[in-house]
Amino acid sequence: MALRPVSAAEIESLAIGAWILGTGGGGSPYLALLNMRKLYREGVVCSLLDPMDLADDARVAVVSNMGAPLVGQERLTDPQTIARAVRMMEEYRGSRFDAIMSLEIGGGNSLQPFMAAAVLGLPVVDADCMGRAFPEAQMTSFAIHDLTMYPLTLADVRDNAVVVARAASWKWMERLSRKACVEVGSIASTCKAPRTGKEVKECAILYSTSKAIRLGQTVQDAQRRHQDPVHALVDAERGRLLFRGKIRDVARRTTEGFLRGTAKLDGLDDYRGSSFELAFQNEFAVGWLDGRPRVMTPDLICVLDSVSGDAIGTETLRYGQRVSVIALPAPPVLLTPKGLEHVGPRAFGYDLEFKSVFA
Amino acid sequence: MKRRIGIDVGGTNTDAVYLEDTRVVHAVKTPTTRDVTSGVTDALRKLLQAGAPKTVDAVMIGTTHFTNAVVQRRDLTRVAAIRIGLPSGASLPPFIDWSEDLAALVRGEVVMLEGGHEFDGRPLVPLDTAGVRAAARRIRAAGLMSVGVASVFSPLNAACELEAAAILREECPDVAVTLSHQLGRIGLLERENAALLNAALVGLARTTTRAFTDALAASGITAPLYLTQNDGAVMLASVAEAFPVYGFASGPTNSMRGAAFLSKLTDALVIDVGGTTTDIGSLRHGFPREANNVVEIGGVRTLFRMPDLLSIGLGGGSLVARAPLTVGPRSVGYRLVEEGLVFGGGALTAPTSQWPRASSISATDGVSRRCRPSS
Repeated sequence: MALRPVSAAEIESLAIGAWILGTGGGGSPYLALLNMRKLYREGVVCSLLDPMDLADDARVAVVSNMGAPLVGQERLTDPQTIARAVRMMEEYRGSRFDAIMSLEIGGGNSLQPFMAAAVLGLPVVDADCMGRAFPEAQMTSFAIHDLTMYPLTLADVRDNAVVVARAASWKWMERLSRKACVEVGSIASTCKAPRTGKEVKECAILYSTSKAIRLGQTVQDAQRRHQDPVHALVDAERGRLLFRGKIRDVARRTTEGFLRGTAKLDGLDDYRGSSFELAFQNEFAVGWLDGRPRVMTPDLICVLDSVSGDAIGTETLRYGQRVSVIALPAPPVLLTPKGLEHVGPRAFGYDLEFKSVFA
Repeated sequence: MKRRIGIDVGGTNTDAVYLEDTRVVHAVKTPTTRDVTSGVTDALRKLLQAGAPKTVDAVMIGTTHFTNAVVQRRDLTRVAAIRIGLPSGASLPPFIDWSEDLAALVRGEVVMLEGGHEFDGRPLVPLDTAGVRAAARRIRAAGLMSVGVASVFSPLNAACELEAAAILREECPDVAVTLSHQLGRIGLLERENAALLNAALVGLARTTTRAFTDALAASGITAPLYLTQNDGAVMLASVAEAFPVYGFASGPTNSMRGAAFLSKLTDALVIDVGGTTTDIGSLRHGFPREANNVVEIGGVRTLFRMPDLLSIGLGGGSLVARAPLTVGPRSVGYRLVEEGLVFGGGALTAPTSQWPRASSISATDGVSRRCRPSS
């Protein structure tokens, strides 16, 4: 198996890149990064596994932290909790895992498999099943491929453990696990339905971990050279710069467990005289240039600090920030008709026909 | 007519003005002194000599003392940190993201105990009161004089922090206790950092506010004493003594409000070149634009409501070290006149704009000795 060690510097880059791939959501990787720094100081080195080197019958754990980012700011994430969810699944199924992967490469969940791997001594698979961040459980490449959604194990910091043995659909899995999550304080570590090596190779979004590391490195390199990190990122990732401007207005509301709202931008530089509006549900979903739809999910809509290139989350947008809006290409599986049913603009309640900025 | 005296105690200079309503009637400047009191006393005496009355409605003081203490790692009290929230957050103990040099100065005991609350007000687990008592006894035995307490979701339910404070009062009544819910919002690490910084500053706050009170008494001025807060409002000296971090950024806030007042501009960039730091901020509608997210102070993340400020440890009194060549963040501060090379002292300090041949200073000390800052 092609395993390679991941350096402490790469973990730093991963946190920066994953926050960009979070497309505004996914929660800041900051607290998970603090955990990883501590683990690396203690001598841990995680290793990254090429997914194509997984045996067809390899057993892969899919992990994520579930709950409200706000609660996560008080109930600080701990490697032991995510490791417990993985162990619980091993006990429930009566078999050991060979590797761990992330549910969601965007935001804090990019580092959860590394935290679990550090405790359990397992490799991390270079893949996830979103290629970005999304708010709901059925918005994954595994769901698009109609893989089974159960069982699921859920661990709390106290001695509470929940197994969702079966669920009638992805939506039911979301409802049942969400209920348990809210009961234990709206934050829980979960191990999702285990995957075989074959399923990962065929249905996961491959090499998204190394992509996040690369994104972070691109931004860091540009920062070090005092070059424009936004342009560097757009060039390196074949993205599109959609707008540069200043945030004029932000409206946010928390409904049904989601952070929804809009942000309005006034143009600067080449975009002076134009305006841009962004709508978000945890993540940025649609962007309008001068009132016309310009970009929409599942294309990745990333809002970056125009100077530093660091990502800005939907919860940290504020008046006066100078930002650049860029689009990055979505994983192809999300662009299929089936994929668009799960994660296209209509899945978020926008009556828009999907049109990619890269089409 | 409102008669007020305003004093700005910087790291280098102490400025005092006498105001009648919004009119500056008298303004004086004296060097800040090591004991603070005599500098303020000097300033007040000069102000009275200039014609200010002894009976005024209020005296307001703003100072950069607290922020300078953290930036320069000076006059900080070693503190005990009590975190209440286990089994949650065990992997990220207090001081986790502090720069190591600052943590080494401030970190005394670190205690993590069971307790805390959920976001909906339910207890996370019951508070380990026996653990708090044992910690209080260890704190007393270790001779620590200041404690910062942070409990999970204390802004929503402060019961655990309050109970811990009551136990600390019983076991070590002389110890100053800072509770995180009095200082911060959601965000345990940032709120805990604020409490620990506050705890590290209470010793300095006590001496400083008492010095101000003494200076006022010595000058024969009778008026309530206020200190300015980060957001430009004021607080009674007794409040400032318990919560020095509320006045943390009052120095730059003062200068920004002052710039708005004097320039009559309401929207502008203000660059305040002090003796110790240079602070750049933005005025909006006459008030400092606030950073509404994470604010780093001396390398520590907090969530204070503070002016959105770019603060560089570089001012007129910044010390220049030759090997390796560095400028600041340590400053001769109020000792500029005695120690600064430009005033004939022995310390090489950062060039200021008044020095026409700044680039040659390191080569020939004689050049710099001929130059004098104009203020």
